[in-house]
Amino acid sequence: MDILDYAFMQRALLAAVLVGITAPAVGIYLVQRRQALMGDGIGHVAMTGVGLGFLLSWSPVWMAALVSVLGAVLMELVRWYAKTRGDIALAMLFYGGMAGGVMLINLAPGGSTGNLSSFLFGSLSTVSESDVTAICLLAAFVILVTVGLRKQLFAVSQDEEFARVTGLPVRFLNLLTAVTAAVTVSVAMRVVGLLLVSALMVVPVAAAQQLTRSFAATFAIAVAIGVSVAIGGTATSYYQDVPPGATIVLLTIGAFIVLTALATPLARRRARALAAAQPGDDPAECAIPAGRTAGDGVGA
Amino acid sequence: MTTEPVISLRGVRAELGSRPVLRGIDLTVHRGEVVALLGANGSGKSTAVRGVIGQVPVTAGEIELFGTPRHRFRDWARVGYVPQRTTAAGGVPATVAEVVSSGRLARTRFGLFRKADREAVRHALHLVGMADRAKDSVDALSGGQHQRVLIARALAAAPDLLIMDEPMAGVDLASQEVLAETLRHQVSEGATVLLVLHELGPLEPLIDRAVVLRDGCVVHDGPPPKAVGQHALPGHDHVHPHAPAGAEPIRTGLLI
Repeated sequence: MDILDYAFMQRALLAAVLVGITAPAVGIYLVQRRQALMGDGIGHVAMTGVGLGFLLSWSPVWMAALVSVLGAVLMELVRWYAKTRGDIALAMLFYGGMAGGVMLINLAPGGSTGNLSSFLFGSLSTVSESDVTAICLLAAFVILVTVGLRKQLFAVSQDEEFARVTGLPVRFLNLLTAVTAAVTVSVAMRVVGLLLVSALMVVPVAAAQQLTRSFAATFAIAVAIGVSVAIGGTATSYYQDVPPGATIVLLTIGAFIVLTALATPLARRRARALAAAQPGDDPAECAIPAGRTAGDGVGA
Repeated sequence: MTTEPVISLRGVRAELGSRPVLRGIDLTVHRGEVVALLGANGSGKSTAVRGVIGQVPVTAGEIELFGTPRHRFRDWARVGYVPQRTTAAGGVPATVAEVVSSGRLARTRFGLFRKADREAVRHALHLVGMADRAKDSVDALSGGQHQRVLIARALAAAPDLLIMDEPMAGVDLASQEVLAETLRHQVSEGATVLLVLHELGPLEPLIDRAVVLRDGCVVHDGPPPKAVGQHALPGHDHVHPHAPAGAEPIRTGLLI
C-alpha cells in the first residue's frame, strides 16, 4: 500500500474517514426533517468564511466553521420568525455568502478566485497538518452530538410538535442540529468541497433507506456507505489523478443505484414472508359475489 | 366534582393571522374527568387544545396545567399528547418501537433508556394491541394502526393527563374499538382525558362532560348531548358545506 507512504495521503485519508462518518450522521436528521438541501445552503455561506480566512491569513477551516455556524444560527432564526418570506431570506443568505466569499478572496493579497476552487470541489494534497487537527476536533463534536443525542434529535426531527409537549428543548435542539450541520460542512470542505458536501450528507442516507426499516439501521448503514465511498474516492483520486470530491460523490450515487436495484427483489421477498407469516382474511383480488354483476343496479 | 382542576382556561383568546379563533373561552377539566371538546370545523376546538399545550400563542386569558400557569409548567411527563394525525411521516424509515420510544424521553435522564423504560414502551404497545408490530416500519401501517402507534407514544410516559386531537378521524372500525378500550383502561386507572372530537361515536359511554364550541365561543358545557334522529345513525356525515353563512347550524350533529 504505497498510498500510505506519503504523509499528505495519510492526512487526506484520515480526513476522508472523518467526513465519511460525520456527513451522513448529520445528514440523516436533515433528511428526516425534510431539509435535505440545508447542507448546500450552509456550504454557500461557508465561502465567506474561506474568503475571510484568506484575507486575514487565518486557518480557512476554522474561519469557515465560525462563519457557517453563524449562518446556520441565522437560518434557524429565519425559520422561527419569518414564516412567509423565509425562503427569500434564505436565498439572500446563501447567495450573499457566496458573493461575499468571492469578493473577500479577491481583496486578499495575492488572492484570486482560483484559490477558491480547492475549497469548492475538494483537494487532497492541500490538507495541511493544522487542517487535520481542526478536522479531528470538529468531527469529534459532530459525532458526540449526533450519536449522544440521537434519541432527542430523532424525536424532534420526527414530530416537532409532539417533542415540545414531552418537554424537550426543541429550539435548542434545532439550533444544535443546524450548528452541527455547519461544523460538518467545515469538516468536509477540504475533502469533498463546499459545493458537493451536501451530496455526502444526503445520498448515503437515501441509499441506506433502500434496505432498512428502522432509523438505527439506516444510521449505521449510511455511515458505513459514507466511510466506504470516502476511502474509495480518496484512493481513486490518488491513483487516477481525478478530483476527490467529484469521485466520492459519483461513487455515492453509484452505491445508491446499486442498492436500489438490490432492494426491489428484497422488498418483494420480505412482503411474501410477511404474507406467509400472517395469513389475512382479505382475498387478494376483488371478487363479485355470486349472483351479481359488475355495475348491477347502476343505470339511468 | 370538586377535585383540583387539571386543565383550567379562563377568558382565553387566540388569533390566527388577524382572525380571532378563540373569543374568550372558559374550560375546566377536573382530575379523573373525561371531557369531549366538540364543534364544527373552524369552531376553534383544535386551537383551544393547541393553546393548552403551548403550540398556539394566546393573546389574552390564563391557562393552567395541574394548577401551574402554563408558561411555568415543566412537568411535561404528566401530559400525554396525541396530535391530529398527519400522513407526513419523517423522511427516514423508523420502526413502531422507535417512534413510541420518543414518548418515553420525558421520563428518562439525558435520553438514556433503562430496563424500566424499554418495559414501558413494550407495555404501551401492548395496550394498543401493536406489540407484534414493534419492529415494523411505521410507513407500512394503515391509518388506524398509525393512530394506535401515536397513542402508544403518548402512553409510554405513563401520563396523568391525556390530550387527544381527533383521535378517531380516519380510523377503521377495528382500531376505533381498540382505541375506545385503551381509553377505558386509562380512565379506570385514574387518567384525566381531554378529547377533541367531531362526533361522540364509540367513545360516547366514556365521556363525562361535553363542551361545544361555535365560532370561538363555548355554547354548551354539560352532560354529553344525545344524538337523535338521523344524527344517531352510525356513519352519518356531519359536514354541511352548503349551509348559508348567516344561518349556520351548530355543526356537531348533536341536538343540544
